Amino acid sequence: MVRSSISPFRFAAFHRPGVSPADRFFRATVFTVAMSVLLIMGVIAFELVRNSRLPIAKFGWGFLWGTTWDPVAERFGALPFLYGTLVSSALALLIAVPVGLGVAIFLSELAPRWLSDPVTFLVELLAAIPSVIYGLVGIFVLVPLIRNSLEPLLSAALGFLPFFQGAPYGVGMLTAGLLLAMMVVPFVVSVSREILMAVPHSQREAVLSLGATQWEMVRIAVLPYARSGIMGSIFLALARALGETMAVTMVIGNRPEIRLSLFEPGYTMAAVIANEFTEATSDLYVQTLVEIGLVLFAVTILVNALARLLIYNVFTKVEVRE
Amino acid sequence: MTRGLLIRRRISNVLMLSLTGVCTALVLGVLFFILGYITYHGISALDWDFFTQLPKPVGESGGGMANAIVGTVKLLALASLIGVPIGFLGGVYLSEYGRKTTAGFLIRYAADILNGIPSIVMGIFAYTIVVLPMGHFSTVAGGVALGIMMIPIAVRSTEEFLKLVPDSIREAALALGLTEWKVVSFVVIPTAFRGIVTGIMLDLARVSGETAPLLFTAFSNRFWSRGWLEPTASLPVMIYTYAVAPYDDWHRQAWAAGMVLLLLVLGANLLSRLILRRQLKG
Repeated sequence: MVRSSISPFRFAAFHRPGVSPADRFFRATVFTVAMSVLLIMGVIAFELVRNSRLPIAKFGWGFLWGTTWDPVAERFGALPFLYGTLVSSALALLIAVPVGLGVAIFLSELAPRWLSDPVTFLVELLAAIPSVIYGLVGIFVLVPLIRNSLEPLLSAALGFLPFFQGAPYGVGMLTAGLLLAMMVVPFVVSVSREILMAVPHSQREAVLSLGATQWEMVRIAVLPYARSGIMGSIFLALARALGETMAVTMVIGNRPEIRLSLFEPGYTMAAVIANEFTEATSDLYVQTLVEIGLVLFAVTILVNALARLLIYNVFTKVEVRE
Repeated sequence: MTRGLLIRRRISNVLMLSLTGVCTALVLGVLFFILGYITYHGISALDWDFFTQLPKPVGESGGGMANAIVGTVKLLALASLIGVPIGFLGGVYLSEYGRKTTAGFLIRYAADILNGIPSIVMGIFAYTIVVLPMGHFSTVAGGVALGIMMIPIAVRSTEEFLKLVPDSIREAALALGLTEWKVVSFVVIPTAFRGIVTGIMLDLARVSGETAPLLFTAFSNRFWSRGWLEPTASLPVMIYTYAVAPYDDWHRQAWAAGMVLLLLVLGANLLSRLILRRQLKG
């Protein structure tokens, strides 16, 4: 990844001014196909905007902060879904980031090679498990567990806070956040681990030679050096959490209301599309769901673009220093 | 005083380092729990009917998911038809011509961002370009959704494996008088072939479990789907439908389908790891 050099063909072309027609054809073909990736992005954006023009014309920007979701009266506001998406993702990150960083530190700093390689493989396996299987485990294991144990426990211990009040349904924001946390942990781990391993050894040795303990070395020398890359991995996990559909749909309760308590059912942008798209009867209803998809598309593009820049940045920094 | 400080530093060292170990154990625990739980419920639910029978009408127990298994295979075949050529050639461009160019950077960046776009949005996209013009749900629409999802990973993994081929091999081939396209097609690509195939296999494994983009493209079907223009059942969508339904027998079949899907995905992952390890050793 780091050792990319300028392709030798650039020199070849330089020394032979007349590139053969077959070569030119080959180049043009692979270039055109590669450019289609950019084209696809453009077409997706175009199609999403084109197919949500009815609600855009009717509701304007007010769509984003409207709180009513009434398909019968055709009054649509997206705020409950925005709220549900943001809160469930924030909750997921709150759990997944510290745990994921812990695993990444363990794998890059502590574990010997024979342990670190297979464990990394296993953690990445977690990312390969399909979303619907998380949902399956969520419905039949996590929901009863949370209804019968975690929610009574939390309301007994922290019930004075508005976040932990109300009846323990089992399905709701808390369950969705926990399930999402399990699903995005591997993204935090695999990127952070690579970033931590890219921190030069001289950084570690300098701090160790001053008498730091191993933890102090991680805290003082490794983590600050890797900060922007770790931020990148967090944004990457955030983008995953924002767009995650099936598992969330199966455990969040699907009620379009804004409630402060994490025990209450909520709804997310992805979940409302998954649930209501095939049931939507009028053009306005369908296009409103497409517009929610457009919002989700825009948000995840922004978050991903930022994440990738932060991650690329670390590796080019390392490349230059080597 | 200094001694107390030293002890405090030692304690926090041991404490924090063990916490990282606890985190690792926790994450592995979640993985093994999910694998174990699905296997436990899946094995007892799996029978021969699952692979050979159609779903029974609502209310009758028994039946299987033969149509969903065939549906998933058909969807994956269609997806490969779109995702593999575009991803493969795109990867060739990035590795052979686009290493330090602006176009290369933009395409790489776009592929990485495309990879992060939620699968449900890909479903909407396939809906607008296939289902709306055709007027009905179809296997083709589902294949298009999954195919587009395959592109970014196919591009990036092909690029990475081609980059592993040392430049000295390209230079040697050029020095023997081969033209550019022959060097790429007959020297570079064959050298990296095993890796590229592995990458595409992992890519297929990933989209095989996608549910959200199929909900309103391939939709579902309780019967055989003839040809490519009818809606089709697929394993992930069946798992979803059966899991949220209130019938115990459907839950049982959801576990069985979950185990089959999990075996498929994890099998591909393990296999690819074995293939790659052998390549590195050889």
